Amino acid sequence: MNPFSSGTRLRDMIRAIRACKTAAEERAVVRKECASIRASISENDQDYMHRNLAKLMFIHMLGYPTHFGQMECLKLIASPGFPEKRIGYLGLMLLLDERQEVLMLVTNSIKQDLNHTNQYIVGLALCALGNICSAEMARDLAPEVERLLQFRDPNIRKKQAALCTIRIIKKVPDLAENFINAAAALLKEKHHGVLITGAQLCTDMCKVSTEAHEHFRKKCLDGVVKLLRDLANSPYAPEYDISGITDPLLHIRLLRLLYVLGQGDADASDTMNDVLAQVATKTETNKNAGNAILYECVATIMNIEDNGGLRVLAVNILGRFLSSRDNNIRYVALNMLMKAISLDSQAVQRHRATILECVKDPDASIRKRALELVYLLVNESNAKPLTKELVDYLEVSDPEFKGDLTAKICSIVEKFSPEKLWYIDQMVKVLSEAGNYVKDEVWHALIVVITNAPNLHGYTVRALYKAVQKSSEQETLVRVAVWCIGEYGEMLVGNAGMLDVEDPITVTEAEAVDLVETAIKCHTSDLTTQAICLVALLKLSSRYPSCAKRINDIVLHQKGSLVLELQQRAIEFNSIIGKHGKIRSALVERMPVLDEATYSGRRAGSVPAVVSTSLGTQPKMSNGVAKPTSAPLVDLLDLSSDDVQTPSSSGGDFLHDLLGVDLSPASPVSGTNNKAPKNGTDALLDLLSVGAPTAQSSSSMLDMLSSEQDNKRSEGLLDNFASLSTSSAHSSSAVSSSSMMDLLDGFGTSSSVPVAETSGPSYPSVVAFESGSLKVTFNFSKEPGNPQTTTIEAQFVNKSPDIYSNFVFQAAVPKFLQLHLEPASGSTLPASGKGSITQKLKVSNSQHGKKSLVMRVRINYKAKDKDVLEDGQISNFPHGL
Amino acid sequence: MIRGVIIMNDQGKPRLIKFYEFQPPEKQQELVRSIYRVLCSRAENVSNFIKADSLFGPDVRLVYKTFATLYFVFIFDKSENELAVIDLMQVFVETLNKCFREVCELDIVFNFYKVHTILDEIIMGGQVLETSSEEVASAVDAISRPLSLSLSLPLSLRVCVCARALVSSCEWVLRCNRHLLLQLSLRVLEHGAQKYLWLNSTECFFSSLYFLLFRFV
Repeated sequence: MNPFSSGTRLRDMIRAIRACKTAAEERAVVRKECASIRASISENDQDYMHRNLAKLMFIHMLGYPTHFGQMECLKLIASPGFPEKRIGYLGLMLLLDERQEVLMLVTNSIKQDLNHTNQYIVGLALCALGNICSAEMARDLAPEVERLLQFRDPNIRKKQAALCTIRIIKKVPDLAENFINAAAALLKEKHHGVLITGAQLCTDMCKVSTEAHEHFRKKCLDGVVKLLRDLANSPYAPEYDISGITDPLLHIRLLRLLYVLGQGDADASDTMNDVLAQVATKTETNKNAGNAILYECVATIMNIEDNGGLRVLAVNILGRFLSSRDNNIRYVALNMLMKAISLDSQAVQRHRATILECVKDPDASIRKRALELVYLLVNESNAKPLTKELVDYLEVSDPEFKGDLTAKICSIVEKFSPEKLWYIDQMVKVLSEAGNYVKDEVWHALIVVITNAPNLHGYTVRALYKAVQKSSEQETLVRVAVWCIGEYGEMLVGNAGMLDVEDPITVTEAEAVDLVETAIKCHTSDLTTQAICLVALLKLSSRYPSCAKRINDIVLHQKGSLVLELQQRAIEFNSIIGKHGKIRSALVERMPVLDEATYSGRRAGSVPAVVSTSLGTQPKMSNGVAKPTSAPLVDLLDLSSDDVQTPSSSGGDFLHDLLGVDLSPASPVSGTNNKAPKNGTDALLDLLSVGAPTAQSSSSMLDMLSSEQDNKRSEGLLDNFASLSTSSAHSSSAVSSSSMMDLLDGFGTSSSVPVAETSGPSYPSVVAFESGSLKVTFNFSKEPGNPQTTTIEAQFVNKSPDIYSNFVFQAAVPKFLQLHLEPASGSTLPASGKGSITQKLKVSNSQHGKKSLVMRVRINYKAKDKDVLEDGQISNFPHGL
Repeated sequence: MIRGVIIMNDQGKPRLIKFYEFQPPEKQQELVRSIYRVLCSRAENVSNFIKADSLFGPDVRLVYKTFATLYFVFIFDKSENELAVIDLMQVFVETLNKCFREVCELDIVFNFYKVHTILDEIIMGGQVLETSSEEVASAVDAISRPLSLSLSLPLSLRVCVCARALVSSCEWVLRCNRHLLLQLSLRVLEHGAQKYLWLNSTECFFSSLYFLLFRFV
């Protein structure tokens, strides 16, 4: 006898595994056992085979590989003894699966066992077949199963055969036809197990075969209805009861069969109406089993053809479920109501109050479902009371539920708000209760709505002020409040635009500034909030002149911020407040009204919204270089792209003209501002627009830039911004009034790069552009060690007898080039070639050696009080530039 | 359809795993672990249903119940009635109670194959086979009697059983006629119960006789 295999019995092995303290110990025990089982298998030890297999099943349950025992299963199944067969079949169902080739080998054994005289062996074979039958096996063994299905005696195997048939027709739907008559016959049996499985078989057959569906509908419907009626009226039968209800599973299976048969067939539905009503009214509801029947009955009523009365009855049953104390019943009722709402929303609406109660359920999954249901129930007529309930509940709800709840409330409020006042009211409530759970889009949308409601500005800012006093820990609320105070600060203090409904409050300017100061100093505030606070402070400095000094101090404090974005803003704003009092009030005008349609369109299209940028929502960045430099531009200019529409139509064309068709509109600035071409363009578009409403802000912008330049030396942090400002300033200087030129001159020289004109290869000068009245000559030079970059000195000569004033030269290049225009030596060109203007251009060619330079130019000047515009393309650059 | 039945203890150790749709062993363990994680985080007095979309695909739900130290978990799809599955679980537990007389975790650990047999009598291929716990218990009894003799009893006990079988069959034989005895021994040969050959021939004969008495008379 094998010394290993005789070792442990199953019980000992389980005990040893249970005694293991660690996973490693367990692995060791299992490894040892597996080794001895393997040895025993290779010795072909028949005596212990079934014990080994039992062990393997346990090992398999623990998750260890047991594939080496598969063949043993087959051997055991083929052996004649019942206990061996039994353990063999058990192993077959657990260790093997329908995908394995080995399974083919077992088909014959199963076939023999299905024909066995011993009904227990037949039972084992049927059970195994029902669990692991593959498509091939289904084809091979279908005749045997069919025979068993019709076999008169013994009755018990019929139910197994029926379930086996389900598996077979699921694997091979074509075989369903063969079983139709046998399945129908099962419904005439008396034995309840056979009836349960028979009903299940019929239901599944209807799913795979329309022929069967038709057959059962015609031939069996009356029988099933009668069965169900008898069952519902039958006296109590203790042998089949589950907690006091007679055979609920059979009820449910029959109802499910009716569910399938009645679907889409008015006649069939008519036939079953009575019995469904009977079941729905007669079943006891104080037990889970009874409720299970009712639940299935409701599902059937919902699925069959319309019968108004029954549906109302069904929805009422669900309503009753909702007030049940059993969580499970409430859970399923909510699920079913969700389906019912599409069929008969009126009936569901009647249970709104109960559903609303479920939103407050202690069980999270029920709450969630109820909330979804409430959301589906909301319409114009009930939005107000429902929202009120939900907002009230928000106060006391669990923190983890607040996120969901807030999202749904916001969505309801947005969708169904009858008026803006109500919308703003509800949003302020939500923000003060759960501001930390509100998504960014929601409060952005709120701000858009606020700007669009001019008559509510005063009311809103006061309401927000009051709300922040109460709940200052809600970040989003603080953001919106601070933004509104910045915009409509004077209305807060002045109690302007009072509505009838509100109580007057007295707020001093200092108190309003206090609020913003608290917000900016609060250590929990994040970058966005602090940035908004800074902008608000800037605006308040103009709205509350008496507090300007204090505001400046607060702003100055932020100069030491470690976040570049805040530091930068602080420095910029500080210089605006300190040095440019004259233009400040114009600079911090109110935001123009944000266009709701554009905003919602943006949201849908998920384009990086400039609106949100101008609201100050840059993502956090520790060392933001490109993006923040452009964002404050937009910020400062107080414009979103929405309001550039007028200027951009001209400015855009203008720019496109300059750039040629194949250019991205951002390329002139892209040299310094690659990362935010869109914002940069916005700013540029605006800068370039002449005579447009925003010209004023563009001039103040330039003003700003000069101070920026001063700061540059002291701080040395803003190089990128400076270079952006230089390039954009130059393009803008071209169109801005000449009064600005002195400003530009100041730093134009300071930032010009010294050029070693004498070194490097020399190139001949070319006449780049010549018209009847103007001649442009280009002189080229290269910096040593930087062959890509060419410095071009452009010389403009006036050939006409008139003096040109406001002379502006502009140039644009394709993408592979980068152009940097330096300021011109003057803007007035003397007549008849008596003098000239020079201007330096720096061009870097990223494809040096492959492509030569090309440029488009446009020249603007005033001659005899008339604006003249000349343009052209320059392609006669010398080779090698 | 019922997709699977899992019994595990409150420490997450699987005690019975039965899937009616094939899952590879590694996947089975993973599922058990993730289900256990979900179950652990459930509060008291909440509903017994869990959406298991992430584990099993759309519309699949779990229903669980705790009995003493054990979690019973049924996995099922939308073609089953949720409340009925709870009832079915009740039937399963009742049947276990009948078969083991006040079932406890140890019964299930050491008799897992018997638990499998019970389950196979209630659910087959993911469909409900029988809901009467009486009927299930008697069917299981009929199937597992010979097996428990041969598999789970230690050697000494088996000898005892054989001795008892000897006595009882002698009594029995006294009451019956010889003809029947002859018939029985013929059927022993017919069945070729080789398994019993490890005992000496007398024991073999009588234990087989005992076996047959139970099975066929």
